[in-house]
Amino acid sequence: MTVSDKVPNYNYDIIKLFTIASVFWGLVGFLAGVFIALQMAFPVLNLNLEWTTFGRLRPLHTSAVIFAFGGNVLFATSLFVVQRTSQARLWGSDNLLKFIFWGYQLFIALAAFGYVNGITQAKEYAEPEWYADILLTIVWVCYFLVFVLTLKRRKEPHIYVANWFYLAFIVTVAILHIVNNLAIPLRWDGSASYPIFGGVQSAMIQWWYGHNAVGFFLTAGFIGIMYYFVPKRANRPVYSYRLSILHFWSLIFIYIWAGPHHLHYTSLPDWVQTLGMTFSIMLWMPSWGGMINGIMTLSGAWDKLRTDPVMRFLITAVAFYGMSTFEGPLMAIKEVNALSHYTEWTISHVHSGALGWVALISFGALYHMVPVLWNKKDLYSNKLVSTHFWLATIGIVLYITSMWIAGIMQGLMWRSYDDMGFLQYSFVEVVKSLHPLYVTRALGGIFFLTGAAVMAYNLYKTTKLKNA
Amino acid sequence: MLKHHDKIEKNSILLLILIVIVISIGGIVEIAPLFRVETTIEKVKGMRPYTPLELIGSKIYKREGCYGCHSQQVRVLRDEVERYGHYSLAAESMYDYPFQWGSKRTGPDLARLGGKYSNQWHVRHLINPRSVVPESIMPGYEFLMYRNADIESVSLDMEVLRKIGVPYSLYMINNATSDAVIQASNDRDSEFLLKRYGEKVNVRDFDGNPYKVSEMDALVAYLQSLGTFVDFATFDPVDPKEEVRDK
Repeated sequence: MTVSDKVPNYNYDIIKLFTIASVFWGLVGFLAGVFIALQMAFPVLNLNLEWTTFGRLRPLHTSAVIFAFGGNVLFATSLFVVQRTSQARLWGSDNLLKFIFWGYQLFIALAAFGYVNGITQAKEYAEPEWYADILLTIVWVCYFLVFVLTLKRRKEPHIYVANWFYLAFIVTVAILHIVNNLAIPLRWDGSASYPIFGGVQSAMIQWWYGHNAVGFFLTAGFIGIMYYFVPKRANRPVYSYRLSILHFWSLIFIYIWAGPHHLHYTSLPDWVQTLGMTFSIMLWMPSWGGMINGIMTLSGAWDKLRTDPVMRFLITAVAFYGMSTFEGPLMAIKEVNALSHYTEWTISHVHSGALGWVALISFGALYHMVPVLWNKKDLYSNKLVSTHFWLATIGIVLYITSMWIAGIMQGLMWRSYDDMGFLQYSFVEVVKSLHPLYVTRALGGIFFLTGAAVMAYNLYKTTKLKNA
Repeated sequence: MLKHHDKIEKNSILLLILIVIVISIGGIVEIAPLFRVETTIEKVKGMRPYTPLELIGSKIYKREGCYGCHSQQVRVLRDEVERYGHYSLAAESMYDYPFQWGSKRTGPDLARLGGKYSNQWHVRHLINPRSVVPESIMPGYEFLMYRNADIESVSLDMEVLRKIGVPYSLYMINNATSDAVIQASNDRDSEFLLKRYGEKVNVRDFDGNPYKVSEMDALVAYLQSLGTFVDFATFDPVDPKEEVRDK
């Protein structure tokens, strides 16, 4: 078989593996989420076993959705996009690529095994212990090399905008991961370690990491997805090239500063809090620049929203991105944060980003990629894509509205005073009043999970189609 | 702008270098000055490292992911100070590696928990939270009663913490195991333990089982120590520099 000069011989094998892993971990992560949501409504589900308490399962949920589901989607799409937009085959031997895939899955498995058994660094979104962190660093450096050296091979003179975002994501996550996980192991044959930063410095470094995990893992990376899959699906060029440039540089410059908004009114020095708030508000502009660039790419092809259910996923995702990046700066204002912080409002905000933006755009990208990767004309069923879309949307709406109400109610009840000037509610009265909202949230999660199961079935059937 | 950007778009290494520069600035500006500790952490009387038993308790607290639902940070807001106590000072978490400020209050803040409830209350609450707070949604931790606290290897933790800046003396490290046993008992001589860690250290058989230093002993010892180090009756919140200016 000869390979024509015009169509490069893309390496899809590794991308297929990452795609399968994405769907698998997505289901695991959503299921874990539903379970811990039910634990908050019905605490008997903690089962009185040490391995199944909320405290140990919560990092399992967050890591499974962010790093396992989101991470595999980013690997799959970035390696897909960098080849297609560079018109070049992936750099690196099959063994190196397999090492990246299996090394990353091993990292996830080590982390998950650790959480259930109480092995943790006790830092949110950076729970894996030192040995897993070292493995991830090695895998990540290999990933970086594959990505950059594939770019170097490109036949196109320009690096496509999606790849700018992927590159910023890969490099920044490496820096964040290494700095935030600097630690001294207790012993080389044991799992435990102590981080080298403590107290207020560790708080700042942790949220510099934590917020930029959102900014670079869950935003820059997925913006990369938007910049390839939306124009591709719409069959139109990106709305504004100038806006892409402005959006890119301002987004990555400003995001890094926003971390301290997680620490308003705490013992972090005030000047850092103010800087964090200021940059968080500024962040609204580049975020909406990106949203406008994504949605307006559809101008002249709006009918696709009606005819192509995959497009509906992509565009709804970008709309949620816009909503959530408006809400974020709002919550970063100190006076608003005084009410919202520590409440379920934060959880609502995170999930409008995670379910509405990250997951929906991932689903859109997976629906687009699977027929291409497995060389099929189309998906098994576009009707099931529509079903998935509605299940997911209903799930998200139930989730975020119930948690908005819960969060604002909590914030108001905690600070309300009676006529005598005493605090009106005890803490547990507030907990009690949240019960129906916790039940509603879990129901939203069940809808979302069911939708993902429909997708898994549809994608599986697609790979088995005989129309190639 | 577009002309110049052309150069960046055609050179992957230039793009890479510029990205690294652009994303480094914010972090450096916000983080580096915090290591000038004298302006970040005000000096207060009473701060001390955890006793060996409390340290084991703090490890259990982290192991169980308690920070996922409980904060340890009273913000400078009127209702929080009234509900929980004096707002948290930076110095109060200076020996926490990592910090345990948390981000969510599914349960209440614990920064000033120490001394608010009896040991028996804590033990019953940890075994089955709903036996003392019927509306609670917290998991039960009965298994802590049956597990031995890791008193043998806590000295290793203290050695590592000493390396990264916690002022454990060799004297403290060498006596770690016996200090842990003594703190969890009603009838042993605690004179030297109190000399090392201060008169305010809680010494008693926390879990009510004298035959065992359990993880319950350690966790309750830790919880009872939270927020008790600084004496706010004598604490002067005024910045010394401002005082000088006033005069």
